[in-house]
Amino acid sequence: MATAAETPEITSLGSQHMVLNMGPQHPATHGVLRLVVEIDGEIIVKVRPEIGYLHTGIEKTCEAKFYQQVIPMTDRINYLDPLSNNLCYCLAVEKLLGLDIPERAQWIRVLLTELSRLNSHLIWLGTHAMDIGALTVFLYTFREREEILRLFEAVAGQRMMTSYFRIGGLSMEPPLDYFDRVQAFIKTFPEKIDEYSNLLTGNPIFINRLKGVGYLSPEDAIALGVTGPPLRASGVDIDLRRDMPYSGYDKFNFDVPISHGCDTWARYEVRLIEMRESTKIIQQALDGMPGGPVKADAPKIVLPDREKMKTQMEALIHHFKIVTEGFAVPAGEVYQGMECGHGQMGYYVVSDGTAKPYRVHMRYPSFATLQALETMCKGRLIADLVAVIGSIDIVLGEIDR
Amino acid sequence: MLEALPDHPAIKAILAWNNPALTDAKFEFDELTLTVPREQIRAAAETLRQAGYNFFEDMTAVDWFPTTPRFQLSYHLLSHAFKERIRLRTLVDEADAAIDSITTIWPAANYYEREVFDLFGIHFDSHPDLRRIMMPDDWKGHPLRKDYPVEGYR
Repeated sequence: MATAAETPEITSLGSQHMVLNMGPQHPATHGVLRLVVEIDGEIIVKVRPEIGYLHTGIEKTCEAKFYQQVIPMTDRINYLDPLSNNLCYCLAVEKLLGLDIPERAQWIRVLLTELSRLNSHLIWLGTHAMDIGALTVFLYTFREREEILRLFEAVAGQRMMTSYFRIGGLSMEPPLDYFDRVQAFIKTFPEKIDEYSNLLTGNPIFINRLKGVGYLSPEDAIALGVTGPPLRASGVDIDLRRDMPYSGYDKFNFDVPISHGCDTWARYEVRLIEMRESTKIIQQALDGMPGGPVKADAPKIVLPDREKMKTQMEALIHHFKIVTEGFAVPAGEVYQGMECGHGQMGYYVVSDGTAKPYRVHMRYPSFATLQALETMCKGRLIADLVAVIGSIDIVLGEIDR
Repeated sequence: MLEALPDHPAIKAILAWNNPALTDAKFEFDELTLTVPREQIRAAAETLRQAGYNFFEDMTAVDWFPTTPRFQLSYHLLSHAFKERIRLRTLVDEADAAIDSITTIWPAANYYEREVFDLFGIHFDSHPDLRRIMMPDDWKGHPLRKDYPVEGYR
């Protein structure tokens, strides 16, 4: 009689965490983000973002430029929301100079900043849905984004790196039929949002991938410096446009969407409503657009019109002086905060009384929000990490600067 | 200055906590700047947090080379309740370029302190993970210091 073969003793291999490198070249990281992820099977134990791959030293470069030469560099920090960057920097320097900006310039600034926010949200929606697997939405959102870029091109001559706002106003008056074009775009845009919503809001795969994923409590959100839509999706009611208005935002009526879901789905909902609110603001700006100049009356700071420069001696001298020597800004330090598409942006400008900034520091929302990634992903699956990165809407240009 | 703004919640809180710690206060460009000594930074930040300045917005340094003390650290704190921002300022000397980390109060300060450590070379005591953040780990020098050339050394 054969005896049963002796069962070999099975020794446990023990549990060991694996370290996985995500990025810096990974399609779901929205740029050159590298994540060192410690995983236990499929479960995330630790996420450590390694950043700096896109660091170009913009803050250092600013110190070697005249005040007006910094504006083109601000575009390149958050390349998805260029006009917000321009506006925040201009507002900071204008605060130091004590400049009064004409109402028309302020309203056009609001109009274009909101278009810029739409641009930023459209890219977020397209890429976020694409990360989840809904490829079609990307094509829809980029259709509208293209129209917005054309509108930017019409005023600034550039699709992405606009540099349209200048210290003291705008670089020039928008072309004649410009507001009609914006009106035509805004008229159909709410329908387009319905279209995106039809594709995603009822989609069971999309819902399952987002609901309950990436939980971030309001306390954690505040402690970790999260701002913008992710903060409002955690139920904290703060929007600098309404609470600390700048550039005439206090004259506009709009709602600030809040959600208490605290998850990726809530962030999706908040941004979708924000797009509708932006449309409302743009409509109000078009309806009440005041007349008048688009540049402040400060000949030593604002470049003269081309025509005046060619006909008036004084304008020519001012033009020459500003371009070759810049303009001196009174000594002091200011911090200008504003609400851009991703969250709270801030420019800290220190002047020592010369024509070049002594120090320019930018607070960009993605830099702080990235710190909350681990809190949101701990104990979840790797696949959720992709959904969470999409939902916090990071731009690596503004993280690394 | 203190007489002009006696009811300001931030000034009130600081004075109630430790009167001599407030070495300077100024109100310029509609912004309040409070200066405290380097040793008191963590206690001052905690006091202001309890006084309603609940959100850490930004922190950075300014290099005032060649004056001493060389570095100025600016903390920007936002109050969600008062809808107002204040600047907490402290000075750090080059010879002993170190300050307490405030990550225990706001974990958000983590990356900001790492950035200042990387680009200015200021050490943050009891920081949980003080490594370079922007520059490569083996980089020599601190690029945002004023004696570092804009074009770099290479």
